[in-house]
Amino acid sequence: MGKYWHVLNIGLQNTLVYRVNFLFRASFGLVPLMAVISVWRTIYLGKSGGQIANYELTQMVSYYLVITIVDALTAVTEDDWQIAADIKDGNISQFLLKPMDYLAYRFCLFGAGRLVYAAVALVPTVLFIWCLRDSFILPPDAATAAGFLVSVALTAVLQFLFSFTLALLAFWVLEVATFIFIAFAFEYIAGGHLFPLDLLPPAVAGVLDYTPFPYMLFFPVSVWLGRVTGEALWLGVLVQLLWIVAAYGLARCVWNRGIRKYSAVGG
Amino acid sequence: MMPMSRESKVEGREPDGVSRPALGPRPSTLGHYLSLYAALWRNSVIREMGFKTNFLLWIVVEALWFVLQLSFIGVLYLHTDHIGTWTKWQVIALVGTSHLIQQLFTALFLTNLTALSEHIRTGKLDFMLLLPVNTRFLISLRQVDLGGFVNAFSALGVVGYALHRLGHTPGFVQVIGYLMLVVVGITLHYSLMLMLTASSFWTVRAQGIVWGYYNLFNIARLPDEAFRGTFKVVFTFALPMLLVSNVPAKLLVDKLGSPFEILLLVTLAVLIFLASEILWRTALKRYTSASS
Repeated sequence: MGKYWHVLNIGLQNTLVYRVNFLFRASFGLVPLMAVISVWRTIYLGKSGGQIANYELTQMVSYYLVITIVDALTAVTEDDWQIAADIKDGNISQFLLKPMDYLAYRFCLFGAGRLVYAAVALVPTVLFIWCLRDSFILPPDAATAAGFLVSVALTAVLQFLFSFTLALLAFWVLEVATFIFIAFAFEYIAGGHLFPLDLLPPAVAGVLDYTPFPYMLFFPVSVWLGRVTGEALWLGVLVQLLWIVAAYGLARCVWNRGIRKYSAVGG
Repeated sequence: MMPMSRESKVEGREPDGVSRPALGPRPSTLGHYLSLYAALWRNSVIREMGFKTNFLLWIVVEALWFVLQLSFIGVLYLHTDHIGTWTKWQVIALVGTSHLIQQLFTALFLTNLTALSEHIRTGKLDFMLLLPVNTRFLISLRQVDLGGFVNAFSALGVVGYALHRLGHTPGFVQVIGYLMLVVVGITLHYSLMLMLTASSFWTVRAQGIVWGYYNLFNIARLPDEAFRGTFKVVFTFALPMLLVSNVPAKLLVDKLGSPFEILLLVTLAVLIFLASEILWRTALKRYTSASS
């Protein structure tokens, strides 16, 4: 176990190098966020009832703000490219010889990256939320906050396993970027990045609920906003766990097959 | 060491340049640049055709993200019938216009501009400075991304369909004006992006900034009436993202408040282009090459 602490430590030090880059990323990311909030404000202005699909304006604004928080904590940014590059350049050969599991190694690096990113993004994000504090909703009670933390942790694991498995495509194809972008596009819309999924026609939202995507973003955000409570919350967490088990199984299976195919180019 | 070695390289290369009469004695005419550009096009086509599957997959990726943006608008309009005074199909025409401008910009410039910081970091820029062509021409237009043109066509299709749904047939002048404003928009994006990437002369690694520009694109496709206050002022007058596709789209769907908006867009585009030229020259002057 100790060796993975070392990996985490090295990961922290390595990603700290990119802190300015992260700061830019986090700050620039606030611009489209501001834009989408403005669009919603304008829509609510023209709306007499003051509610859209059971969202008050403050809830809608908070939805996007919480997305930013969850994203900072769980989104995979560089890891998938690095994994694909490791495979393509033959760097994974060393992991086949060392008593170190590549998936666990990568998970530590992912964790380190998220810690650094979240720490750097904290300042601009908190400032931004402070400016919008009138429209920002906190979790209604401690139990909800706890539920949120649990679901965010599970979201991070799910996000990682999803990207890890996708990056393993590099065993079979030379250029994985397009596949990653295609998968990301699905995740972007079906995860609730663009808009809350309950804005969709119920039939579509119902179908999406059978995919892992809503559990990679929409679910924790809904928990924060107090829209999923009690039994539904724990049921959702259970579904997240099931998806994690499935994703882990798939990742292992793909890895084993990939290794058999692997020819250590340039290793 | 660095400036010295650059000069000596220039001298060392001179006989080589002379021995190639095909380039002519003082190649600075428009015709010469056009033939050069044609050669660059040929190169790009050959390169793209080397990776056909990848070429097609990238088109799929871009098309998918376009559909994503359109479905976002679709979902918004499930719950409202106007944003400001913008109706659904007007916004679709706007999103299409924004995509058209963005894709043409991608096709012509994007890969080249994002490569600049890498050229600076690796010192490759030295070689480009040595070639007997305008360096800005070369770093801006070296590669053509053909997929961008395919995607631009789908954007045109969406704009056309939106017009059909609006029941609006634009006049000849409107269409010509629209196309000209699209060109203005591309120039504007190009100048801003060049300025941003030129900052890598100072910071070396500019990926964060380039990535940031991608976020600015995202604003351009939203209707201007959704914004007010500081945000609107900044993104109208300083970084005219709220003009770049809004003005042509408004011209096309008969939504333009006054011709003043066109004037503003064109003026800002010219000013920003000039600013980019000044910054580019300043940056080149202080360039001292990497390592070597």
